[in-house]
Amino acid sequence: MSPYHRPVPKTWWLKRRAYFLFMIRELTSVFAAAYCAFLLVFIYKLGEGAQAYASMIDLMQSPSSIVLHCVTLTFVLYHTITWFNLTPKIMVLRVGEERVPPLVIAGTIYAGWIVLSLAIAWIVLGS
Amino acid sequence: MQLEIFRYRPDRESEPTFQTYEVPFREDWVVLDAINYIKEQIDGTLSYRWSCRMGVCGSCGMMVNGVPKLTCAVFLRDYHEGKIRVEPLSGFPVERDLVSVIDDFINKLKDIKAWIMREEGQEQPVEEGEYLQTPAELARYKQYSMCINCMLCYAACPVYAQDSTFIGPAAIALGQRYNMDSRDQGRDQRQEIIASHEGIWECTFVGECTTVCPQDVDPAAAIQRAKVSSTIDWFREVLVPWGKRK
Repeated sequence: MSPYHRPVPKTWWLKRRAYFLFMIRELTSVFAAAYCAFLLVFIYKLGEGAQAYASMIDLMQSPSSIVLHCVTLTFVLYHTITWFNLTPKIMVLRVGEERVPPLVIAGTIYAGWIVLSLAIAWIVLGS
Repeated sequence: MQLEIFRYRPDRESEPTFQTYEVPFREDWVVLDAINYIKEQIDGTLSYRWSCRMGVCGSCGMMVNGVPKLTCAVFLRDYHEGKIRVEPLSGFPVERDLVSVIDDFINKLKDIKAWIMREEGQEQPVEEGEYLQTPAELARYKQYSMCINCMLCYAACPVYAQDSTFIGPAAIALGQRYNMDSRDQGRDQRQEIIASHEGIWECTFVGECTTVCPQDVDPAAAIQRAKVSSTIDWFREVLVPWGKRK
């Protein structure tokens, strides 16, 4: 009279919407990491001289590269937004005895993101 | 209204089956009322756990249409369309019908030392009265102390379903409850389990434990906060090896 152990199907992550969205969030990490590696290669090529840099730019202008960039941007945005939204759950800040409202924490991070993005855009596009 | 109930009678069958029962639909009935009706009026062989019928004891947790619920807190009227499928909590072995084997959770509660611990020689003599606490100190852990050990969070956790060595949401949240209690001094002892591989680092922050919690304990947040404080511990040990960990 032994207890019955129910098997966990390999498709468990398709059973509930929250599980599926979680798996997507995990998958986006691969794209975020891969793009970091790509940026390192890009900087390396930049150090190799003007010709290497020009050929890298050529490669990036190909249609497949543009599609890949769009897909990566979507996944990285999903990654960023989901983690930004989760941050107030993890960070509990107190001012005196009062807890800083979660919305203020999330809002500060979003504001920081926008300011940094604008600063980078200004440096890249303005130069 | 039809209830499709998970049946497993180890003395009669080696594989579970589903049995469908017809129960009257009543506006004010919860799923547990319907199961009690089956037990009393149709089939006395059905086994399940329940006690208080008011969301306090935490013993009537079951999977209702695939979602962990306290069956005393979900109404039939919320599932009026079609059948309701009732199964024992996922992630746990099944003893019989809707009764899960919960020894693993009980052992984990013991391992995590979910009680107030004082350092040696720090125990206050009884005649000195109770350990006093300000409302602000109480507020720091109160949310985690609301846990009723119903195990819905374990049933919602895909990590626990695949690896039962994971200490799991409720046990870690209760560990945090005592770690954050100003009267407690046992954090170092609990850290051995909380910060172990089977503890917080096994959690991938799916967040469903928090979604299904009937008491708004938010175990997912408790685990992530424990990750932050364990990381701070690690940096302290590496950067200030001569300093004492707080």
